[in-house]
Parts: sequence; structure tokens; C-alpha cells
Amino acid sequence: MERIVVVGASLAGLRAVEALRRLGFEGRLTLVGDEPHAPYDRPPLSKQLLRGQWQPERLDLRRGAGLDALDLDLKLGLRAAALDANARRVQLEGGETLDYDGLLIASGCRARKLPFGHGLPGVHVLRTLDDALGLRAALTAAPGPRVCVIGAGFIGLEVAASCRELGLEVHAVEAAALPLAERLGEPVARAVLALHERRGVAMHLGVQVQGLEAEGALHRVRLSSGDVIECEQVVVGIGVKPAVDWLAGTGLDLQDGVLCDAKCMTALSNVAAAGDVARWYNRRYDETMRVEHWTQAVEQANHAAANLLAPAEERTDFAPVPYFWSDQYGLKLQFAGRARAGDAFSVVEGGLEPGEGEEFSRLVGTYRREGKLVGAVAFNRPVQLMGLRREMAAREG
Amino acid sequence: MKVVVDFDLCQSHGLCTQAAPEIFEIRDDGFLYILNETPDDSMKKKLETAVRECPTGAIKLEA
Repeated sequence: MERIVVVGASLAGLRAVEALRRLGFEGRLTLVGDEPHAPYDRPPLSKQLLRGQWQPERLDLRRGAGLDALDLDLKLGLRAAALDANARRVQLEGGETLDYDGLLIASGCRARKLPFGHGLPGVHVLRTLDDALGLRAALTAAPGPRVCVIGAGFIGLEVAASCRELGLEVHAVEAAALPLAERLGEPVARAVLALHERRGVAMHLGVQVQGLEAEGALHRVRLSSGDVIECEQVVVGIGVKPAVDWLAGTGLDLQDGVLCDAKCMTALSNVAAAGDVARWYNRRYDETMRVEHWTQAVEQANHAAANLLAPAEERTDFAPVPYFWSDQYGLKLQFAGRARAGDAFSVVEGGLEPGEGEEFSRLVGTYRREGKLVGAVAFNRPVQLMGLRREMAAREG
Repeated sequence: MKVVVDFDLCQSHGLCTQAAPEIFEIRDDGFLYILNETPDDSMKKKLETAVRECPTGAIKLEA
């Protein structure tokens, strides 16, 4: 293999090119990213960066070491437009083409948008550094705006927490009756909801947004309940969709990300995928999944890069125990494994509600399916959480 | 080989304790401790995994 192209220059793409070089690939290595910035870390966007505690330089994923040592053919600010799988050629916006022997797809996701409202000033999504800097400027302008967060998933709730920490009035609107219940189960989701309510977020649950209007700086968010939220800034956090438009017409299965086998390889020869664009078969759970978290991008990029370089018969399965975290106020929520409705949840240490004089509870909880440990959650209890992740990882499946 | 942790960056995720439990430990106070700052080269692979998996980029290996 002499030429490898990696499409996507965020965490997964960067870790893929780092791994390819570390594993001894000396050929031409091209990294394509649609943002103008060198690879940066996204988790702080909704937290330290948004609150103005960190400046963008601190998000540099190479920690100032630069990209030169990787000897890359770097294409930043350029979007991949099409893939010609027969010719083994990626076409970039603007017409440039890149021939490859191996391709690693790490084009990530884009923020999902409402069918209305996004043309208005003061209506934001939060996915990129530029999104975050725009939102930060709006939130920190005097006098502090009132904010409505639409969608109370992890991003929405982290933004709501950051806004409260900036002293802003915040409303959060969520279609589900209980935010995060699908991911964390009802008891833990209730504890997270209670934290936001204690911190003064006005929650509007089980309602749809029916309209969004602006009159000068004043925005009105119309809810299906008939309520109208008046605010100056709106943040839409209703999830993401995989950036697979450039793969159309290749015959690849693109339903909810690009489909891969257990080895992170797509149906095209010598084409792998990693990060939150990849939907792959995780043998451990006997489930085809797509995971939108930081640790997944790192682990899968390393695995996919190694498999791309290996002869087909030596490629290995990628079967991790997924891990993610979320920081809200001073709460570090950590989760390992896969929970779903019907799993039996139990508190194994601490509790769901803070004790007297405590701001946060310290919680370790487990999720079991037919008696088998399938997930673990912790509030500010990393030791126990990692112990449970180890226990799950040590098992075959 | 020397293991260096920037404790201003460390947020005690604990992934390093999974990658290299011989070297990293989080104790009940919630803080990370380095059990051996100068491990021999047999630990290199595990330590490189710990460096890569640290969500805050807090771990460095020096020659």
C-alpha cells in the first residue's frame, strides 16, 4: 500500500494518521478535513471554551507538537465531495482528486437542525469550534441573554449547565418525558434532571417545538403545550447525522452511518471507517452500533488503521466496551457498556440523591441483563467505574 | 522512560488505570497517583495506550 487517504481531520482522523505512521506506514498519507482548523478537541466546546475559561489554542489535539512530524499531505478547509470506488479516487470540493490504495473514512457527523429557524441570528447549533466561538460571543455579551436550549441530550444539558454557570436564565425543551432515559435508564436520568432543576434550569419536558420567531433580538419559541418561551439566544441540540453524503452512489450501506463489518472494514476493499460516522458490528454485544463518543473515536481509529495496513486474513475484530462521560456543573458522569430499556438497574454504592450538605451524590450503579453485567454508571466515582469496565472487558462477550 | 502527568489537566477519568494498572492508580480521594515514575521498557505498549486514551491529554512519556 503506497497511498492512504483519511477523510476527516477531527479526533478519529488524527488518531488514524498517527497510528498509521506509528505502525510503520511510510507512503503518501493525506488527511482531508472540511474545517479550516488543525485537529482540535471537541468535548471542551460545550464547557470550558463556552464558559470562556479556555481559549481555542488549548484544544489543540497535538498539544503544540504540530502536524509536521507526521509528514502529511494536509488538506484542511476542503470537503470530500465524492468517492469513485472503482477508480479508488476521492474527489474534493473544487475538483481536486486523490488516488488511494487504502481509504479510512472518519468524516464524522454534522449537527441536526430543525426544519425552521436556523436562518435567524441568535439561533445556534454546537458542533464545531466556529459554532462554539459564535455562541460564546453571544452568551457573554452584556447584558446576559436569556437562553433556550432545544433538546436535552448530553450536548444540550452541558450547554444548559455552562449557561447557568455564566449566570444566565436558561430554558431547556425536550420532546421526551425524561431526558437521557434511553441512555441511562429512568432512575439515573431522574437524578440528572433533578440536578438541573436544583441549579435553576427551567425544564419543559414532553413537548415539541412548533415554531421559532424573532423580532429584533427577542426570540419566541412556541411549544406544543401552548407555552411560549421568550429569549435572546436559542441553541439547538437535537443530535447529529453522519456525514456520508459524499459516499452516495458507491453501493455502501449508508443508513445511519457507513456500515462496517466486525473489523471496521466497509464492503469496499481496503476501505475502513472509524469514529462516529462508522456503524459496525460489535461482536461483544452481537449488535451493529454507532457510538458518538470521544473514547470510541480514539480506540476505533487505532483499530481501523491497524486493520487497514494488515493483510485481510490478519485483521482483528473491534469489540470494545463503550465508554463516555459528561461534565455538568461539578458532576462527572461516567458510563461504560450498553444499557437499554428493561435492564435491571441497581445502586451498588452511594445513592441517586445527594446527602445533606452535599452538592452531588456519589453514585455507582450497574445495569444487568439476565443477571449479566452490561453497563455501569458513576457520579464522581472513577475508580469503581473503571473497575466495572475492566470486569466487562475481561469477559469474552 | 519517565511517566509525566500534568495534574492541572488530569480530571481523573481513570482510563489510564485500565490501560496500565501497574503504573496508575486513582485513590478514594479522587486523585491520580503514579505508582512507578520510571518503569522499564516492558511497560511501553501499555503506557502508550494510556497516553492515547487519556481524554485530557494529561500523560506524557519522556525518554
